[in-house]
Amino acid sequence: MATKRNSSEMQTGNAEGQVRRPKKGASFVGGARPSGLWAVPAAVFFFIFGILPLFIVVGLSFFKWNGLGTPQFAGGQYWAQFIHDPKVMKSVGVTLTLTILGIVTQTPLSLLLGAWAAGRQRYRAVYTAIYFIPYLLSGTAIAVAWRAMLDPNFGMPSKMRWLFGDGNIFGNASSAIAVLVFVSLWQFTPFHALLYQGAVRAIPKTLYEAASIDGAGRIRQFFCITIPQVRNTLITSLLFQVVGGLTAFDAILVLTKGGPGTDTQNTAYYMYSTAFKAYNYGYSSVIAVVLIVIATILSLVMVKVSGYDKMRSELEGI
Amino acid sequence: MATKHETGAVKIPKRRSLERPNWAAGVLSTLWLLVVVVPLYIMVKASIEDKPHYSEEGPLSLPTMFTLDNYTNALDQGFLQAFINTAIVTVSVVAIVLIVVPPLAFAIVRSRSKFVNGVFQIMLLGIAIPVQAIIVPLFFMIRSVGLYDNLISVIVASAAFSIPMCTIVLTASMRQITNELYEAMSVDGASVVRIFFQLTLPMSKSGLATVIIYSAMGAWNNFMFPLILTQSDSNRVLTLNLYQYQSQFGIDIPGMMAAVILSVLPILVVYFIGRRSLVDGMMGMGGK
Repeated sequence: MATKRNSSEMQTGNAEGQVRRPKKGASFVGGARPSGLWAVPAAVFFFIFGILPLFIVVGLSFFKWNGLGTPQFAGGQYWAQFIHDPKVMKSVGVTLTLTILGIVTQTPLSLLLGAWAAGRQRYRAVYTAIYFIPYLLSGTAIAVAWRAMLDPNFGMPSKMRWLFGDGNIFGNASSAIAVLVFVSLWQFTPFHALLYQGAVRAIPKTLYEAASIDGAGRIRQFFCITIPQVRNTLITSLLFQVVGGLTAFDAILVLTKGGPGTDTQNTAYYMYSTAFKAYNYGYSSVIAVVLIVIATILSLVMVKVSGYDKMRSELEGI
Repeated sequence: MATKHETGAVKIPKRRSLERPNWAAGVLSTLWLLVVVVPLYIMVKASIEDKPHYSEEGPLSLPTMFTLDNYTNALDQGFLQAFINTAIVTVSVVAIVLIVVPPLAFAIVRSRSKFVNGVFQIMLLGIAIPVQAIIVPLFFMIRSVGLYDNLISVIVASAAFSIPMCTIVLTASMRQITNELYEAMSVDGASVVRIFFQLTLPMSKSGLATVIIYSAMGAWNNFMFPLILTQSDSNRVLTLNLYQYQSQFGIDIPGMMAAVILSVLPILVVYFIGRRSLVDGMMGMGGK
């Protein structure tokens, strides 16, 4: 027994370097280890619904299909159309605009609220309990509610001219974008604030004590201790925001339908309307491929920057 | 030294500078509280008034009447069926996730097979796959196998798309279990299966809670999959029901608000009963 223990101690501690396929239950190296079979159900399941469609969508982009019957081969027709379609680049621009505006509004607000909520006073707990409510509601419910509240004739704009002007906030590109950014801020700030709250609570108090002994004020402490210490959570939060920004859909469908014109039509919505409103599944597959390329590049960058791929045990964030 | 807070004089002996009164933060947090509460108030207030009263008073005044008609109307629009469908979808998704994700996370943490490592890398990328990007091929696949307009297609698609995030959350949680514990169990001659059920699962309860909350909320609030993969009234879920309701009765603001509140009521009830565990579970998404 003692020898087994020793050998196992020597073998443990290395996470990934040494790749061995242990016989099930036979090896005591760091304890009995599961075989690859344990990963199979989830892997197969995700492959069918998550990975396989990625290949099918590339294939479908070369076919003409209206949702019924059998797809007909169409060659590179849709890709040629794509090159000359200014709406694609415009939709990518809207996607990036919404994502960036989302990040610059949500990050500072949720970081401040999260750091504030990390305090232990009771009234802060009451505040945060209320803050959290919007995040529980579905994106659809939130969008439907805000659409009703911002209705030009029956909602707030009709009674609050000082804020909304002529009240036709969905008829103007910049105010329509502002509405989308605000509704997303309203919905997602609680979640990001909660992430920061957890991270700030985990910062050792001694850091703040040492800083205040050295005479650092609250603002200085926030920038020199709080922000560096929540770095990992910041990256997690950004990852969620980027993915959320790329996939923003419910709000656009319910609030603006991409309008006025195509001014709030992001890539996801353009793809949806091409497929399920215009029944042009071939061309919508081309747009979907564009979306996949953008998402893959962004996620590779995020995974690289965040170091999630390191499989470290102190894996923080997510 | 004592500190004063904006909600009244709370006397706390000063221990660290964090507890000095922070007026800027107090003002900001109260402003945000208003931004959250005022719309919620408008929703509730509008939902208990009839249309003429609402139009006359506008959204912000105090309510001058009380009626539940908006709620009964919304209930008549297939709400109960949608509620049952949503519950079926949510429970099934959570069940699938709980069956397939823990063994995968266990393998990622403990196995040394290259295959498992590859699966983990794919899951990392999988987080960023936009649902919209695969909705057309998914629609095509579901059509081909004859599962269109069937809740099963919504269930499997939602479950599949919660796998990557759930795997990463649970993996992070399982990594906290020390090697010594595994060794101790192995020395006692425990099989891999026994280790999984008697050590790994019990020790990763908080991660499992996060996984359940995340997948349940994702399934409950999902809109894209039901929108694309179902069609008939009998297969509507709550979000879709709400969307249909809006297309039909968009200008009936009180009616809309009642429908919105009905559709979110179940999750609010869960929140008020189990706020602590729900919030802790959510916080688990950010790691500890």
